Amino acid sequence: MKKQLTRDKVLKIIQANGCSKERLLSILLEIQQASGHNSVDEEWAQLVAEQVQMPITQLYNVLTFYAMFSTKQRGKFVIEICKSTPCHVTKSDEIVKMFGDELGIGISETTPDNLFTLMHTGCVGACDIGPVAKIGEQVYGNLTRKKVADIVASYREVEQHGYDTAANLL
Amino acid sequence: MVMTRQLISSNWGNIQPESVEEYAMAGGFAGLKKALSMQPDEIIAEIKTAKLLGRGGAAYPAGAKWEQLRAIPHSPKYIVCNGDEGEPGTFKDKMLLSQDPLRVIEGMTIAAYVFGSQDGYIYIRGEYLGIQKVFQQAIDNAVKEGYLGSRILGTDLTFNIHITSGAGAYICGENSALLNSIEGKPGYPRIKPPHLAEVGLFSMPTLVNNVETFSAVPTIVMEGGEKYLSYGTPDSGGTKLICLSGLSRRNGVYEIPFGVTLRDIIYGSEIGGGIARGKKLKFFHIGGQSGPCGTPDQLDTPYCYKALKSAGLSAGSGAIVVLDESVCIIDYLKGVTEFFIHESCGKCTPCREGNQKVHDILCKLSNGMAVEQDIALLKRLSSMMTNASFCGLGQSATVALDTCLKHFAEEFDAHLQQKCPAGVCFEEQERVAI
Repeated sequence: MKKQLTRDKVLKIIQANGCSKERLLSILLEIQQASGHNSVDEEWAQLVAEQVQMPITQLYNVLTFYAMFSTKQRGKFVIEICKSTPCHVTKSDEIVKMFGDELGIGISETTPDNLFTLMHTGCVGACDIGPVAKIGEQVYGNLTRKKVADIVASYREVEQHGYDTAANLL
Repeated sequence: MVMTRQLISSNWGNIQPESVEEYAMAGGFAGLKKALSMQPDEIIAEIKTAKLLGRGGAAYPAGAKWEQLRAIPHSPKYIVCNGDEGEPGTFKDKMLLSQDPLRVIEGMTIAAYVFGSQDGYIYIRGEYLGIQKVFQQAIDNAVKEGYLGSRILGTDLTFNIHITSGAGAYICGENSALLNSIEGKPGYPRIKPPHLAEVGLFSMPTLVNNVETFSAVPTIVMEGGEKYLSYGTPDSGGTKLICLSGLSRRNGVYEIPFGVTLRDIIYGSEIGGGIARGKKLKFFHIGGQSGPCGTPDQLDTPYCYKALKSAGLSAGSGAIVVLDESVCIIDYLKGVTEFFIHESCGKCTPCREGNQKVHDILCKLSNGMAVEQDIALLKRLSSMMTNASFCGLGQSATVALDTCLKHFAEEFDAHLQQKCPAGVCFEEQERVAI
């Protein structure tokens, strides 16, 4: 996969956040977001550790503790289905199957084109509109088979044409 | 009786959230201005009179917490706002943070005045990344207009608020874990004592309150503790944001005065409006995943800390998940336990292993492999976890299980006979494990 981040870009992210331990999680989230494959590479983890003056082992401890981080490459778009009870009783299991049907993958798997990863997640704080899926910062609620198909299609279109139609679905 | 009252939700949807001008026009910052003319101890006295109990879930008296910190001579003291709203079925802080961030800022600034603090941190969960940007904008605007930063409103008070993002860890809602997380560490809870008022953020005295608790402070200062108390019941002052989710007809966040009954909340036309698709209420899960499950015969309980407690229920974070007759108790509890397996930080054995074992037995019940002794084992496991877990997460992870064992004993028995009254188990395949 094409590498999207450079040392300069990562340093810029660290500086913009204020290079402190209090901003560590924000820095790592931003690096992950900019990576193009939703994970934090060891190379950049090493650089962050140096900059905030923390042993890499401690930084690795942080990276593997928090559920939003991945040290393994994932799809460009990570589709997270909430499985907490308010979403469970509004049939989030069926939503997982619907996404699976659309994408041809199961839970915790990535499509062969590295575009989508399908995952479970804890609560995303949108329990009133369950069942919900979260992709990046976007939360999609009251999901149905039609909405699921539209969402997947819109992200494929974003990828093909480079413009954002996903927001129109909200 | 009044079913809803807008003390802290009045601005939602009515003002531009990050606009200082619109917030001030709607009465904002009046509490801060008044506070700056009062003595710190007077402010604490008002909060005590108001009987404001911590709104994050633990219901610790805010006035007492402030008084304890005030008595500690060391400085600097840090003000920390807990916005790591990870409790499933809870989405009220999201509304405050996104719709009225300046109210939270005002509450934190009043605290800064009381404790002479220069730095405050607000920890906002990573799932609310978009809201963090709104909040940062609100901070920047407040600094520009002199409500935050150096020499606030021309006084000697200097106070800055920093945002720290979470990254997906429910345990960080626990105050000491949250402080570790701000310090750039994994969010493991700390042993107490020492309490956070003595040894908190960066080992200094620290105040940690929930977003909703800080949001109530400007109103209490403005209207006085007695007035605020009068909106609720004699033991539970003011209002509470409650979150209806699950199979209620009108899911959402509502601000209610304490004292409204659970029936009013779930069935009242101003609030829940009954059960979706005309079904019958089977039970409700109140206070969060670590809260108890209640049954329809408890619906006349008033929503206030004392009455809920004597009914074996609790307000917790304000979550109320409404469940109808199509929901199987065992299947539901499996969902609850899967959540705790996922969110247990792994530090202590009772919580890390206990939740796994509870889940194993629930799975046996739902696929017809359980025997009578398993019920006794469930009860033993639950008591072990409650008594031996390190922090509140493990200690309360089986509260829902305990209440269901009490209220729905016959449904557990039915599963021992390989019958599922709701028709959920024995047919479906195993749900995907975490």
